[in-house]
Amino acid sequence: MSSRERLSLVIAHLYPDLMNLYGDRGNVICLVKRCQWRGIDPVVVEVGLGDKMEASAFDLIFIGGGQDKEQRLAADDLQRSKGDAILRAVEGGVVVLAICGGYQLFGRYYRPAMGSDLPGIGLFPLETVHKGAQVPRCIGNVTVEWEGRLLVGFENHGGRTYLAPGASPLGRVIHGFGNNGEDKTEGAIVKNAFGTYLHGSLLPKNPHFADHLIRLALRRRYGNVDLEPLGDATEWRAHQAALERVRA
Amino acid sequence: MAGLVAEMISPQILAHLIAQVPLGSVFVTGTNGKTTTTRMIAHIMRRYGWEPLHNRSGSNLTRGLLTTLLNNATSDGRLLSRPESVGLFEVDEAVLPLVLQQAPARVIALLNLFRDQLDRYGEVDSIAEAWRQILRQMGRETILVLNADDPLVASLGDGFAGKVLYFGLEDVGVGRPRLSHASDSKWCYRCGQEYAYSVSYFGHIGHYWCAHCGTSRPRPQVVAKSIRLDGFARTQYQLVMPSGERQVDLSLPGLYNVYNALAAAAVAEALDIPPATVADSLAAFTAAFGRMERVGVEGRTVYLVLAKNPVGFNEVLSALLADKMPKNVLLVLNDRIADGRDVSWIWDVDFELLAGEVRYVLTSGLRAADMALRLKYAGVGAREDGDADDENGTSERNRHGAEAFSVDAPAACQAPALQAIPDLGRALDTALEHVRAGDTLYVLTTYTAMLEMRSLLAKRGYLRQHWEEE
Repeated sequence: MSSRERLSLVIAHLYPDLMNLYGDRGNVICLVKRCQWRGIDPVVVEVGLGDKMEASAFDLIFIGGGQDKEQRLAADDLQRSKGDAILRAVEGGVVVLAICGGYQLFGRYYRPAMGSDLPGIGLFPLETVHKGAQVPRCIGNVTVEWEGRLLVGFENHGGRTYLAPGASPLGRVIHGFGNNGEDKTEGAIVKNAFGTYLHGSLLPKNPHFADHLIRLALRRRYGNVDLEPLGDATEWRAHQAALERVRA
Repeated sequence: MAGLVAEMISPQILAHLIAQVPLGSVFVTGTNGKTTTTRMIAHIMRRYGWEPLHNRSGSNLTRGLLTTLLNNATSDGRLLSRPESVGLFEVDEAVLPLVLQQAPARVIALLNLFRDQLDRYGEVDSIAEAWRQILRQMGRETILVLNADDPLVASLGDGFAGKVLYFGLEDVGVGRPRLSHASDSKWCYRCGQEYAYSVSYFGHIGHYWCAHCGTSRPRPQVVAKSIRLDGFARTQYQLVMPSGERQVDLSLPGLYNVYNALAAAAVAEALDIPPATVADSLAAFTAAFGRMERVGVEGRTVYLVLAKNPVGFNEVLSALLADKMPKNVLLVLNDRIADGRDVSWIWDVDFELLAGEVRYVLTSGLRAADMALRLKYAGVGAREDGDADDENGTSERNRHGAEAFSVDAPAACQAPALQAIPDLGRALDTALEHVRAGDTLYVLTTYTAMLEMRSLLAKRGYLRQHWEEE
């Protein structure tokens, strides 16, 4: 890579009006700032219902969580127009970060307590089942071991997610519920696509993971890029505070 | 405690006591503004010569309601009331169905529904659905007061047996043409399509319609027109009700307080209290403690403001910035159960508005670090000259011996350094040192942080102890 070349990172923010519970937009803010601080030009394209999506044109696709009603609208739209394009993009190395409801919709299906199944796009080999109002939601601070390091966040989901045999989780639950509160798995990974239940927002409090995504996203167009280190003391402070609240 | 014991002995006792209130009972709920609105209604009632039996904020679960009633009852369950006694209850939004199952209601006022503490309340839609279920069971004698400008709340008037009184703003001049991202109920509850808005006041509150199925905002009978927002101190508008019109002069900032006062006026209308009484009471009303409280501390003015969810916070920020003067701000974020354990919501607040607008800023509370991080990504930092606290991110001991740390500002981000001091007392001391005599410090806090801050100021003799005291 030439040192004079100015890098850009093109982000698709899927359904920002629809899937925006729990401060998930903080992840996009984080990606944008961490690029800007390094002189990388971030471009964020908001992709909504009915919009045509050239998924492979993006370096990174982000989708957050939504309420049941909104999730159904998003599920329909993904089936109608965007799902296949996203699968092809991931095949080509595009990075995906899917959180909570978005994570569920990128699996095979979501089975609500009542009503018909929501079809997923099948990117992640997993199924999500809501076991009814009598089964408590998975709520609380959560800590996950990922690649030998910790991720912190907050989870709040009614559905339990089960990975297909052989599928790769994002990490191992240290504290909290994760995918289902049973098998200690949290999230899923397929190629450069990451699904997780962690809100928080996730990326600002986990700068190592944020930079991992940025590095992967740049790799497709620029090869291996050394990211300039940032002064992340505030990030690690918040990370630490979250760890302490897990124990509180 | 009496409430707890009675609740265990007889679940019917709430119904039994409330049924004895001579003038019947008013129930107020909603995500934002219920304490302020309830206090406004109490003020109006007293001026009218009624005597409200009124639960205190923070006791808005069934137990708190019971305690209020039991304090006014004999041991054999007879309510000690006068002919002018009226029930006035602020009710937690999740508890409303339970209360209404037991207690007869003369008026129910539903203010708004915003995302708030999703970990505790669940989604906005599920609360609305629970309200819808219980409202279907109410008789014709109950009057329902609804916010016409909140689509989900307004929809609850459909199929209600009794009279419905809607309140809303009619002043496009104070609105925005576009919905903000922190909007919760943008989807038609009937057909699921997106609402169109001709004006948005804040969050999803505004004038909306569904182009798909024709659902639209009901025309409100209780209206605020010609609104003048005058900085952080006061707001004026024309109040129009079926029983008459009055000019209203509030000593509170922001459109959200216009809604609170409008809801109070609509409840008064439902109770046949004349508009003159309403306007006079609202003008005389001083801010509900803690919701916006002004305290003098060592020659400085401290404003205490509760800001606990994205929409409420954004409204506080826009009121704060209305006069364009650089502000001194202390932001306190706790994550106890009453605050919501999940602090993700701060990423939905538009702190970017504060960038370049603050003279001094400091964060505190159990999640001070999260708030500092949010501000860092919003580009907010202290603008004070000669701020020496810019040792990039190193933890240090300041002169109070408090643990403090400053936000690292990478050269490229240009944000000045800012501090986070989790300990509230030390944070307040540090902030006050940076505020010049005669100047103002704005303290924005979550719920439990407000209680702590008030008790701290009370201990130091600047304030009476109890928030709940009238």
